[in-house]
Amino acid sequence: MKVAFTTSGTTLDAPMDPRFGRAQGFIVYDTENDTFEAVDNRQVLNSAHGAGIQATEAIVRQGAKCVVTGHCGPNAHRALNAAGIRIYTTEAPTVAEALEAYRAGALATLNAADVDGHWS
Amino acid sequence: MIISVASGKGGTGKTTVSVNLARTIGSGVQLLDCDVEEPNAHLFLRGRETGSEIVTIPIPEVDESLCDGCGECGRLCRYHAIVSFGSVPLVFPELCHGCGGCTLVCPRGAIRETGKRIGVVETCDANSISLIQGRLDIGVAMAPPLIRAVKARLNREMTAILDAPPGTSCPVIATVRGSDFVVLVTEPTPFGLHDLRLAVDMIRELSIPFGVVVNRMGVGDDRVHRFCREEEIPILLEIPDDRRIAEAYSRGELVVDRVPEYASHFATLLWNIREFRNAGGA
Repeated sequence: MKVAFTTSGTTLDAPMDPRFGRAQGFIVYDTENDTFEAVDNRQVLNSAHGAGIQATEAIVRQGAKCVVTGHCGPNAHRALNAAGIRIYTTEAPTVAEALEAYRAGALATLNAADVDGHWS
Repeated sequence: MIISVASGKGGTGKTTVSVNLARTIGSGVQLLDCDVEEPNAHLFLRGRETGSEIVTIPIPEVDESLCDGCGECGRLCRYHAIVSFGSVPLVFPELCHGCGGCTLVCPRGAIRETGKRIGVVETCDANSISLIQGRLDIGVAMAPPLIRAVKARLNREMTAILDAPPGTSCPVIATVRGSDFVVLVTEPTPFGLHDLRLAVDMIRELSIPFGVVVNRMGVGDDRVHRFCREEEIPILLEIPDDRRIAEAYSRGELVVDRVPEYASHFATLLWNIREFRNAGGA
């Protein structure tokens, strides 16, 4: 299964980005064969509105079934839900540590938006 | 004639110029407050309210029994106001610009439009000035449709003054488009000059004749004047940094009513606008 992590880098030791819609990018990790791909999300940063929705579209295109991030606003939450993508939150500093926690089943699922839109 | 009063920088005196210009024209004049996020011309023109109308924009409503989740609507919408993940699409009303494109591309006719309220247009008679103002609802980000609703009440038989929002983005363009002349109000400071340059670029793109009013003369430096000279932009009026103007403003009074010498300054401004408009302006 593919899991998307919000990050400001392109490697597993890169820091997690706590923002979902306006994350610099994603690392989409495939747990079946332990490979990953870095996805640039920076074009979304130029949009005044709808970042969470566009980020969701990007994740759906990558085929990810869940996302690990810091926080998630109302529009992003609605879009992710509609797309059937499970949302996990973490305060892990790096993608590798977040991945570790994901594998250990230690991450909390987010059942409602936990921040307002444009929170950061 | 339609005269828009705009600026790049906020707080340069657009409303002061607009209301005093309207008073100088005297009768048969409309004043359109297009700064719909914070209309304030009414503070200077108390009068009798003559109407208030709700303005809506069309937003999509999906009939789930007809939708097959093809996603055409989401692919069309550049604002991501409607998206489909292989199922009935989600609508994000606050992102919708009301273009109606999704209803047109839906192959199954599953989308119809409903009105979403964005604000009101209020009209008021204030001593022979007909004030029309838009008031955007709190939480609504979409000013241009409301500005267009304000402008739909333009009466071409009358002279109209359009008080624009600050900046150079969509709400300003929605305001000044179609004007016969634009008055750019600035102040002689580095900030004033910086934003004046942006505003000049915008107005030139729209090919509307324009000129500059320099407010608060005496503060700052001469760079705005040098810029206008180099760019051959007419300076229509210079308003001194005069405490009496601030005092009248703070009481919600018109400078031309309170300080007699300014009546002739604003008459000069009006004369200059007519002259430069006929000459094609800058």
